[in-house]
Amino acid sequence: MNQTHQTSTPRRAPGFPRLLPRGVPLHILLPSLIAAGAMLVPLVYLGLRAFEADSATLLDLVFRPRNLQLLLNTLALAAGVVALTTLMAFPLAWLVTRTDIRFKKALTVLGVIPLAVPGYVMAYALIGLGGNYGVLAQLTGIQLPRLQGYWGATLALSLYTFPYLFLNLRAALAGLDGNLEESARSLGYSRGETFRRVTLPHLMPALMAGWLVITLYVLGDFGAVALMRYEAFSYAIYTQYSGAFDRVYAAWLALMLLALATCFVMLDSLVVKRKLARIGTGVARPMMPQPLGRARFLAWPYLVALFTASIGLPVMILAYWLLLAPPDLSFFARVPGTLLRSAGAALPAALLAAAFALPIAFLTVRYRSPFAILVERSAYIGYAIPPLALALAMVFFSLRTAPFLYQTLAMLVITWAMASLALALGPIRSALLQTRPSMEEAAHSLGHGPISTFTHVIFPRLRRGILAGVVLVFVLCMKELPITFLLAPTGYTTLAVTVFTRTSEGMLAEAAPFAAAIVVFSSLSVGLLLTKEGK
Amino acid sequence: MQKSLFASAAVAATLLAAPLASAADLTLYSGRGESMVEPIIAQFEKNTGISVAVRYGDTAQLAVLLQEEGSRSPADLYWGQDAGALGELSKAGLLAELPADIYEGLPTIYTSESGNWVAASGRARVFAYSPERVSEEEFPESVFELVDERFEGRVGWAPTNGSFQSFITAMRLEHGDERTLEWLEGMKDNGAVTFRNNSTQVQGIADGEVDFALVNNYYLPRFLASDADFPVEQAFFTDGDIGNLVNVAGIAVLESSDDREAAVEFVRFLLSPAAQQYFTGNVYEYPVTRDVIQNPVLEDFDRLLEVSPQIDLDDLDDLEGTLRLLRDAGLL
Repeated sequence: MNQTHQTSTPRRAPGFPRLLPRGVPLHILLPSLIAAGAMLVPLVYLGLRAFEADSATLLDLVFRPRNLQLLLNTLALAAGVVALTTLMAFPLAWLVTRTDIRFKKALTVLGVIPLAVPGYVMAYALIGLGGNYGVLAQLTGIQLPRLQGYWGATLALSLYTFPYLFLNLRAALAGLDGNLEESARSLGYSRGETFRRVTLPHLMPALMAGWLVITLYVLGDFGAVALMRYEAFSYAIYTQYSGAFDRVYAAWLALMLLALATCFVMLDSLVVKRKLARIGTGVARPMMPQPLGRARFLAWPYLVALFTASIGLPVMILAYWLLLAPPDLSFFARVPGTLLRSAGAALPAALLAAAFALPIAFLTVRYRSPFAILVERSAYIGYAIPPLALALAMVFFSLRTAPFLYQTLAMLVITWAMASLALALGPIRSALLQTRPSMEEAAHSLGHGPISTFTHVIFPRLRRGILAGVVLVFVLCMKELPITFLLAPTGYTTLAVTVFTRTSEGMLAEAAPFAAAIVVFSSLSVGLLLTKEGK
Repeated sequence: MQKSLFASAAVAATLLAAPLASAADLTLYSGRGESMVEPIIAQFEKNTGISVAVRYGDTAQLAVLLQEEGSRSPADLYWGQDAGALGELSKAGLLAELPADIYEGLPTIYTSESGNWVAASGRARVFAYSPERVSEEEFPESVFELVDERFEGRVGWAPTNGSFQSFITAMRLEHGDERTLEWLEGMKDNGAVTFRNNSTQVQGIADGEVDFALVNNYYLPRFLASDADFPVEQAFFTDGDIGNLVNVAGIAVLESSDDREAAVEFVRFLLSPAAQQYFTGNVYEYPVTRDVIQNPVLEDFDRLLEVSPQIDLDDLDDLEGTLRLLRDAGLL
């Protein structure tokens, strides 16, 4: 029978909490300090700008009732998206890991591809469904009312963020030990009770991690939300930066958003208090896949609907733009170069983020302490902060300390890594939670140094988590915009920037080849890495 | 191992990208899109041999970037999509003064007295409408008429859009804050539909969501260029009405520029007949000089001067007041 218990905490002098746990190796401590320090940069910047505020204008601009309304709208949106993504991701994850449904690998890849779709493309696709002159109307003559407002925004956001939850759930479900549930059944629990009392608590960390990432994303999203004409808090921030050319009150709004994000992060750690780890697998039993039987007739329509909406729609709108007014062949010729530039920055950023996420994951799982919690939270700062604010902070910082780095590729890569560190952290930490420290300890006692232990013991076990982290960051960076605008080397146009500058001037057809390249290439990367996962 | 393959690919890409940054003589921050700007740049580089590196982005965000960079900015030129952004940068003292001969000959609606920036092309505000659902008798004569009952729920607008905000600033200039606020609230009560920007408004008319929209003149020709059956048309309000405001896309040299001469040459080039011809022929905007061949889709130069209200571009830089008004009206 399996047991789980808390990982060992270092003994400390009673009554005085130790900030730093004893014996944290340097190769874990140093990167953690660097990462936490880096996240200080945007905080300091925002603080400096906020300090310039005049109190009367502050009350007028920031602390006014309308902002509260926008905030409530955003919370409602986050709740809706969390609910909808769970509805989308959970059945898919269950079907792929627990049943005998066919084409599991293909379904897994399809479930992750929507991550590759930029938010604004998805929004355009949903919008194109309705209206008298939309895509659907033109192709079939059916005129649907235009999708917009709360439901439009919720649907659009859910359709390309559910893969985060799907990946987490899939990993968690696959890692569950079959013995636990079978024991529960043999003790007389019904199926439903087993699920509620045994399975679900074990899935909570994965669920919470996915929900957190999605919520923080929704807090900051502007593009899709604006196209759907839903007035969220990001609207207020956008208006201040881009409407008023203001950095002072925008800083206050950004800090408000960060405060809200921190609340969510703290809520997350409150709920997932216990840290679980295996100490002995005993006789490890993977779950037997349940036969689907007649449930098949529910499952397949559901899957078809899900993938048509999340992948079919964007593909349709891109094809439509391309066919409606085929752009000059010269545009297609530009795509490879632009693609190389996008990938040439996204890949190093993904590797850098994963490289830092590893030691931080170790810190939070094996050396739990207030310091570890602080470092983990700081990673979420980078993710939650409005990207424009982060970019401006890096502009401010690099111009004053390292001007030679300003507007170089290195700066872009570093900033992207900062913004997506939390994304890489999730899967790596989940994978680490499912491994035992005793293997590492055994390796140490046999004389392996840290690097050797890493290559022979740790990496093989964490490989899936690391790959997932790299893919998530890569795909995010491929479609990133505001940071690219400000920090990429001048002339270093990426696919995402090209799509934006063309759609903003109404040249949708010209944008299509580049948008298609984003989706196709990101999907290929996702597919490639998933199949190489080896399971 | 895969990792080393990826890593080396990344390093190679980085090395390839590195030379890009230091090559060009001039750096341009452009709020205008690549499709518009690139051909002009290419022509300039061919004519003069001066190379230009362009940073494409959003007009407003690039303006904020320039403010953050301050005197340390690597940029030489800024090409913005509306007078508001340029006025803001001028106020912040980031723009260099241009030689007077550049803008002396231009009509008053295109010049800035501060001498810090100059219009490169004009864009007129118009109202777009659906020919299927709107008859000529229904045309509003003035933008103020749109608060009437007969337009209830039929008009689209974009309060967050830069061109709209410039238009409101002009309205405040000519008619005062009170009347402008009245109009804004009237439009809101009359069910005006909020869109994100101009092109979604034009699309909205085609989709049947609204029958009228307040947009810039050049969006419709672009839609029509790819789809001749597009069911939208546009017209001006009566001559001199504030709804016909002619806004500008302007170019400025930055104080932080390290090659002012070359930058000024670029500005001159944009005002040359060749460039102006391009703006009116390919981009459907209004030229700022007379010696260009008329685009049949647009009003001719003199007609435009008749139609537009007489507004001093420099006064369009009070964006803060406009934003305050829009907030008071509950639109932002």
